[in-house]
Amino acid sequence: ATPPSPAPAEPRSSSDERNQSRINPSRESMDASAAAAGGGDGTQRTLNPYVTGNSVIAMKYKDGVIMACDTGASYGSTLRYKSVERIKEVGKHSLIGGSGEFSDFQEILRYLDELTLNDHMWDDGNSLGPKEIHAYLTRVMYNRRNKFDPLWNSLVLGGVKKGPKGDEKYLGMVNMIGTHFEENHIATGFGNHMAIPILRGEWREDMTFEEAVKLIEKCLLVLLYRDRSSINKFQIAKITTEGSTIYPPYALKTNWGFAAFENPSKGAVGTW
Amino acid sequence: TRASASSVRPCAAANISPREGFLGMAGSMELPTKGGFSFDLCRRNAMLEKNGLKMPGFRKTGTTIVGLVFADGVVLGADTRATEGPIVADKNCEKIHFMAPNIYCCGAGTAADTEAVTDMVSSQLQLHRYATSRESRVVTALTLLKTHLFNYQGHVSAALVLGGVDVTGPHLHTVYPHGSTDTLPFATMGSGSLAAMSVFESKYREGLTREEGIALVAEAIRAGIFNDLGSGSNVDVCVITKGNTEYLRNHELPNPRTFVSSKGYSFNKGHTEVLSTKITQLKLKPEVADGDAMEE
Repeated sequence: ATPPSPAPAEPRSSSDERNQSRINPSRESMDASAAAAGGGDGTQRTLNPYVTGNSVIAMKYKDGVIMACDTGASYGSTLRYKSVERIKEVGKHSLIGGSGEFSDFQEILRYLDELTLNDHMWDDGNSLGPKEIHAYLTRVMYNRRNKFDPLWNSLVLGGVKKGPKGDEKYLGMVNMIGTHFEENHIATGFGNHMAIPILRGEWREDMTFEEAVKLIEKCLLVLLYRDRSSINKFQIAKITTEGSTIYPPYALKTNWGFAAFENPSKGAVGTW
Repeated sequence: TRASASSVRPCAAANISPREGFLGMAGSMELPTKGGFSFDLCRRNAMLEKNGLKMPGFRKTGTTIVGLVFADGVVLGADTRATEGPIVADKNCEKIHFMAPNIYCCGAGTAADTEAVTDMVSSQLQLHRYATSRESRVVTALTLLKTHLFNYQGHVSAALVLGGVDVTGPHLHTVYPHGSTDTLPFATMGSGSLAAMSVFESKYREGLTREEGIALVAEAIRAGIFNDLGSGSNVDVCVITKGNTEYLRNHELPNPRTFVSSKGYSFNKGHTEVLSTKITQLKLKPEVADGDAMEE
């Protein structure tokens, strides 16, 4: 007999893997579901994410690719970690941003470490570019999904590398079921619903770094207001032919001074 | 029938009916018949579903509706697509409903519910205007809507953006199907609400002019139309100020039919090659040798 697994509280949405099991995982239910995951032969597979990161937003700009996310990681409905770096450099030419289960993201970083180390040991003057790393990650994610043991992440891969047509910017994403594509602007999780409409309307091919930062901050602010698991501590990273820079975390200014917020019952005193 | 919504409740709840509403408290001698849902057919429906009958679905509007408060009043906006599951049932429906000359209401959710509930409250407001000889207030409409929806415990699936200008000033409220309300400077509802809210959250500020308000509302609805599959077609806008209301039906048409021949289709003689002609008389007219012809 399988112990009852925690029922998802919200309808499923494939773009937001957190929603698939939004419940406060208690000690007992975690052990129970871990045992349930075993099935008959005692092997374990991922059924629910536990410590999850938020949306990642990224876009191409004139000199390269810019990526941003907040630095929070939630444990169910608790904000457990507030200083988590979810954007990392990969090799010389790429940045990876991960949302979803944080332990799986750390595991992916170890796979990428191994990959880039092996590549470095070839010592052939060539190094893996963002396109290759994206293809590698796609294979990893899709194969894990086929074994019903997914890495519960949505990954954003961005970078710049010299190619036959000069400096080629690349930006793509892979998610936990292996869906992958390349675009000029990417957002994961809740960003799909709230940041993509803004990016589709206002992204342009030749934005400068300052303009790109302003646009990304616009999206981050909207997510801060409207995504319950977002926190006011963001990190921006950029990658160009010169190299990558991950800036230290900072906060955005919020505005709460609307007249209707100050006195909502002005029209009818005593209403609720 | 609407009873499929009540298949969730067991037949033991058959005696529950909604509480006496606004009109019932008029204190008349004979009580009006208890309206609302009758759960008599619960058991029958449960039996049918168990035997494999698939109940027809509700037509949902799958919508983007928005409202914002600007310097002189309120601007409401809506898309015009009504969906029945994956199919577009109505390409150009009207989602901004009349409540009072100075109050309009956008509706998302089940089309029948939004239509019926706004119609009902609009009639109640008119009777109230006759009784009090005063212009209707937005909070009156709000209270009527929320008490009705709360009484039906969320079964009336209407999510509304209610806006208007009365003697106390401009007001904008959202009403949820279970009966809760919010008072907001800007609001969005429906499946496209996240796309529209991203536009509002990044661009709204207090004290917009009329043109800026209309432009921002249209931009938010367009974000819903192009980024949400449940919304589409055209943009309707309604501007309410003190003493004046403008209902701009199809204010923007960002989804025109392309590749339509302006000349229309013409089939000229000679377009098609005639290979052979054979004419057969359907009715043979008899030749009269002698006497008069027969009456036809």
